[in-house]
Amino acid sequence: MDFLQNLFSDPATYRLLTIVILSIFLGIEVIGRVPSVLHTPLMSGANAIHGVVIIGAIIVMGQAPSDDYLALTLGFLAVILGTLNVVGGFVVTDRMLEMFSKKKKK
Amino acid sequence: MENIILPLSYLIGSITFIVGLKMLSHPDSARKGNLVAAAGMTLAIFATIFLYHDEQGNTLGNYPWIFGGLVIGTVLGTLAAKKVQMTAMPEMVSLFNGMGGACAMLISVIEYHHNPSADKGMLIVIVLGMIIGTVSFAGSIIAWGKLNGKIKDKAIPGAQIINFILWAALVVLAVMLITGFCATPVVFYGILAVAALYGVLFVMPIGGADMPVVISLLNSFTGVAAAFGGFLYNNPVMLTGGILVGSAGTILTMLMCKAMNRSLKNVLIGSFGNNAASGGSSSKEQGAYKEISLNDTAVLLAYSQKVFIIPGYGLAVAQAQHACHELEKLLEEKGVEVKYGIHPVAGRMPGHMNVLLAEADVPYEKLMEMEDANSEFGTTNVVLILGANDVVNPAAKEDPSSPIYGMPILEVEQAEHIIVNKRSMKPGYAGIENDLFFKPKTSMLFGDAKKVLQDLVGELKAL
Repeated sequence: MDFLQNLFSDPATYRLLTIVILSIFLGIEVIGRVPSVLHTPLMSGANAIHGVVIIGAIIVMGQAPSDDYLALTLGFLAVILGTLNVVGGFVVTDRMLEMFSKKKKK
Repeated sequence: MENIILPLSYLIGSITFIVGLKMLSHPDSARKGNLVAAAGMTLAIFATIFLYHDEQGNTLGNYPWIFGGLVIGTVLGTLAAKKVQMTAMPEMVSLFNGMGGACAMLISVIEYHHNPSADKGMLIVIVLGMIIGTVSFAGSIIAWGKLNGKIKDKAIPGAQIINFILWAALVVLAVMLITGFCATPVVFYGILAVAALYGVLFVMPIGGADMPVVISLLNSFTGVAAAFGGFLYNNPVMLTGGILVGSAGTILTMLMCKAMNRSLKNVLIGSFGNNAASGGSSSKEQGAYKEISLNDTAVLLAYSQKVFIIPGYGLAVAQAQHACHELEKLLEEKGVEVKYGIHPVAGRMPGHMNVLLAEADVPYEKLMEMEDANSEFGTTNVVLILGANDVVNPAAKEDPSSPIYGMPILEVEQAEHIIVNKRSMKPGYAGIENDLFFKPKTSMLFGDAKKVLQDLVGELKAL
């Protein structure tokens, strides 16, 4: 119950909750009517965007005490994995879309 | 002044994600949209590194580690993404998705390790983020393995019961941990292990042909896991990015299911491989098929007025898109009208064939979507099917017991002649027999798509 109480009384948490609700509708709205040709690049682009989790990895890495080797190692790994998700995701998407634009010009 | 730059960067980041996704869903702006989102992401990342500070005003440390990780990830990610072949794109997306899930999982593990007695709200966020991230990670790795053939489809007896037990175990363990009833690291890592097992078993029984839907679903899972990170650090950009992908990904998953005329439930529970055994073997009058020689094919094609090429996964596997384009150009020179009929789910992902043919510079106007192609088959002389199978299987229209019944198909039977190039008579990915191959109009041209196409080009030139 405390948790629920906090959710609505703490302005910061409440703000986050509002963002969540609005983002859900925005996500649905934004996709709207997408041609099936673009399903794969869109999925790949969305895949890169959730790589935003890297920010969490950076924060956890940056806050790790310098003698806590477990946190350092795992944090380091998390930063690598997160970067892979972001960079790989955007590059793969670009490669897919590059082909679409090339054929358009012809 | 300085303390508004970080929130401002996050705001810009969130906006670029929204605008980027919007642009990605239109063909003209898609590529720019991807770059917009990437720019916003870069801004958010560097703003975090240099400007983030906690409530006590402590900035981040361990810069060598952070930059080391960023550099390694960037190099590996770029190399992997640049080197991967067009055919292996779906796997790559799945793998990157798994990395994101693993990243979310590790964040939760470290946060718990730092503060095992965090308050309830925090623990809920940590545990949920970890569960979803882990399921996404384990599931994506299995999906990756399935797509590149390392892991075979396998029906697990009683999978639903096992999954239910795992679910129950997850709930019980999570409640034990969060309520403090038994808040030990053992329970925490137990949750991790169960979630990983669940991720594996969740994807394992689903047929390879359905992997795109599964990857899309896991993609939205990772989005939600990232959003939990946003709660954890009170970070708006993680929250918007994560939730956006979570909801957009879910819609996309449903759109993909719709393109295949199947419900999500059907994909997840009624696994393809299972029903195929019962549905496929029931085909009744399977006569003999007839083969056609390369030479005859070349003659038939050269003296047609209109030829439709139906590409499938076989074309992608054989990397035959360039040979295919060459054949098409040669036929056009001989005055034959050549078009491509593209089924929305041909290949391993929606749009797979478009991307593949675009790579070989096949003009955009030649690619017909399914509805348009279906209205033209009646006036077509020859349909050349290259490594496609399930998308032309008449069972989808005629046989209610077939697992693919109801899926819209390319109705190639209306054409005068049908030539099917396959490597052997083995059924397609869904494991269903295809009556089309035994129809009197159909001739089989066996062999690797690339080899066959190159030989056909040779024959045509010699004509």
